[in-house]
Amino acid sequence: MTLKLAYFEINDIVFGQETIIDGSTLVINRESLENTLKTSDKRISAIGLHTAMPGDSTRILCVKDVIEPRCKIKGTELGVGNTHILKNVAVVTCGKIVGFQEGIIDMSGPGAAHTPFSATLNVVLDIQVVPGLSPHEHEEVVRLTGLTAATLLAQTSTNKNPTRVETYPPIDPAAVPSSLPRIAYVYMLLSQGLLHDTYVLEENAKQGLPRILEHTLLLDGAIISGNCVSACDKNTTYHHQNNPVLRELLREHHKRLSLVGVVLTNEPISLDAKKKSAQQSVELVQTLKADGAIMSKEGFGNPDTDQMLLIRGLEEAGIPTVALTDEFAGANGCSQSLADSTPQAIAMVSVGNANERILLSPLEQLLGPISDLTKLAGAYPHSLHDDGSMEVELQAIIGATNELGWQTLRCREV
Amino acid sequence: MSIQYRIIHCLNQFFGGIGGEEQASTPPSLFSGARGPGMLLQKEFPQIEIAATLVFGDNYVAENPEAAIREILGLLTPYCTENRPDLLVAGPAFNAGRYGIACGAICQAVQEELDLPAVTGMYPNNPAVELYRLHTFIARTSDNVMGMADAIGNMIPLGLKLVREEEVWPEKDGYLLQGKRKNIFVRETGAKRAVTMLLARMNGEPFTTEYPMPVFDRAEPAPPIKDMGQARLALVTSGGIVPKGNPDRIEAANAQRFGTYSLKGLQALSAQTHQTAHGGYDPTYANQDPNRVLPLDAVRELEAEGAIGSLHEYYYATVGNATSVENARKYGQQIAKILVADGVQAVILTST
Amino acid sequence: MVKEIERSGIPVVHACSIVPISLTVGGNRIVPTIAIPHPFGRPDKSIAEEKALRRQLVEKALHALQTPIEKQTVFE
Repeated sequence: MTLKLAYFEINDIVFGQETIIDGSTLVINRESLENTLKTSDKRISAIGLHTAMPGDSTRILCVKDVIEPRCKIKGTELGVGNTHILKNVAVVTCGKIVGFQEGIIDMSGPGAAHTPFSATLNVVLDIQVVPGLSPHEHEEVVRLTGLTAATLLAQTSTNKNPTRVETYPPIDPAAVPSSLPRIAYVYMLLSQGLLHDTYVLEENAKQGLPRILEHTLLLDGAIISGNCVSACDKNTTYHHQNNPVLRELLREHHKRLSLVGVVLTNEPISLDAKKKSAQQSVELVQTLKADGAIMSKEGFGNPDTDQMLLIRGLEEAGIPTVALTDEFAGANGCSQSLADSTPQAIAMVSVGNANERILLSPLEQLLGPISDLTKLAGAYPHSLHDDGSMEVELQAIIGATNELGWQTLRCREV
Repeated sequence: MSIQYRIIHCLNQFFGGIGGEEQASTPPSLFSGARGPGMLLQKEFPQIEIAATLVFGDNYVAENPEAAIREILGLLTPYCTENRPDLLVAGPAFNAGRYGIACGAICQAVQEELDLPAVTGMYPNNPAVELYRLHTFIARTSDNVMGMADAIGNMIPLGLKLVREEEVWPEKDGYLLQGKRKNIFVRETGAKRAVTMLLARMNGEPFTTEYPMPVFDRAEPAPPIKDMGQARLALVTSGGIVPKGNPDRIEAANAQRFGTYSLKGLQALSAQTHQTAHGGYDPTYANQDPNRVLPLDAVRELEAEGAIGSLHEYYYATVGNATSVENARKYGQQIAKILVADGVQAVILTST
Repeated sequence: MVKEIERSGIPVVHACSIVPISLTVGGNRIVPTIAIPHPFGRPDKSIAEEKALRRQLVEKALHALQTPIEKQTVFE
């Protein structure tokens, strides 16, 4: 029951006659892949495939999701067997779905430091859909097309030798060394319907959470983002596939701590449901006999309440908890950062104030549907300057204040 | 070294050389050149010229900051249109609350109204810090004038950085936290920091949260008195009103105790019976008529008319001048215990 | 001090000259007074006038003590 992640390091992407891996270069037959994707879903009216490389003078707009190209080899079951991964490559899907909460990726300039995807070799899909689709269907088309593209690209590795392989055996919580602190990971997912959705094992996470999920399933891409929320702290599929909290815990596993399990929990829409979820999550952490917990988050505003309820519940159950959050402290950093608070939250990691503004330099190439540039969350009507530079809040940048703790940004008091 | 920066310096009546507490109500006026600590400032920083010194009575500003600030801006505005100074420096105010309030209010106003960079200096526990730290840069100083050279050594480099619009950080540039949130890139990812913090917690080692929960240290408002005509009222003061001679020797500043004093048979306080022990304001008026701080005469009148059920036999007094929050809390708790035990239902607490 | 007494359940009216400080230290019922060295006095007025002013302030304080409030309130 072991998972093997086989990595194929890619250093370049070029367009060519067929879609293959040539050495460490990913070659893409652009026309063919565009056609394959377009015919995969009759709701697509047009598709444009572009590349965006680190250092390019390129701005990708209306980014909906980012996906690491992966495919299963030998056996289809998630969480076991071999998975091939094109390392350094990302499929970036763009689409004007809700029109204001898709994000920006800058491949160079000051914005590049604020997104992980300025450092990846990006295959950008600008997906247009037929008229009359509901936003929900539109989101689904973009999501599924991105996943299809990621799988097709990863399948170029089928008969190749990986650069390196990571092996992940299952964890038996009963068999961990008694001398190390038993740590549970509480993994909050935005799951509110109405385009605030996350998919766990292909099921909408509105139902079925909280639950415990094996780390091998998580490492193997059990969670897919279907979220159309603010770019800075939505966890893209790529983030879920490479969850940095889980990775850090596994790095320390059996060294300074023992990871005893991951509790997935939701962020529902009523206070009663939030309280119930928090209570059930705490009970699940208790069944794991955890000594301590680490908690990640998605989104802001009402999820602050979910997080505070969880922290209070865990601390009151005698389980010390460290929780990650971002802040919305206003452009000048003077406002109250979170919508909720609890005195028990004494160990917070702050991944940045999403309201802080940044001047993005003008870039030569713009990818993605650009008509609604100034309507992105975190942008303003006067955001776009005459010289092509843009003043936005970090909120508008994909992954800028990622609450899985991907970035090295933090916020502090001054 | 040639003069590179011209500044305006703001001082209270004491440091400005006008006089002590008795001059605390002096309206602001502008003098050319340096005065008092400004001399030291120019000596330590030869690249700086103090173009003018604004001197004000600190009660004058602290009591009615809005009007006083209008007046001060009126004095400074013509000055700032021609031959505009680079920076305004106020204080340092050390641990003086009213002086601190004046310095904070002036700095905030010149920044906002005249777009002039400003810096002041205070001891971290100065009550004005909480009021103004968000609005101006407050360099860290000691609690008294002995720390003048260090205070100037902190304030001026910080102020000049503000003039040059350079980035500043509280630790590096010696100013008090403003309570703002600011982003910074660090070496480790959030995930790594979270695991490190959790391991520290699990091992009982010290750790520092990156987002302290906002503290609202507020007492729930107690329910109102239905009818004061039936209620027992007590008087408490931080204005230092004590029986003549200050029998408990309550300190003029940073009081180490509070006093419990009888009001039995007294219809009013008088210069013969009571005085102030408070060292933070001009005692002339309070000593002439202590009812001006603890209004016993008016309370007795209202008691006689039935507007107050009865006045508690004792009143409680301390000096609120530079008294630490911890001590104030302790005195409050002790007084509250006595009041509850004695069946007191309402309190008037007077402060200067 | 004001908070600690209030916490014991006894309503306190804080009569003080510098209202922002009272708001900072957590006063709930606040009555602004005249000046720092003479919160309940006006030395420039006649004794009778001064006494009348003082009485007015105490009456305002009594009014505050009888007023239901939910948050920090300044009784101007």
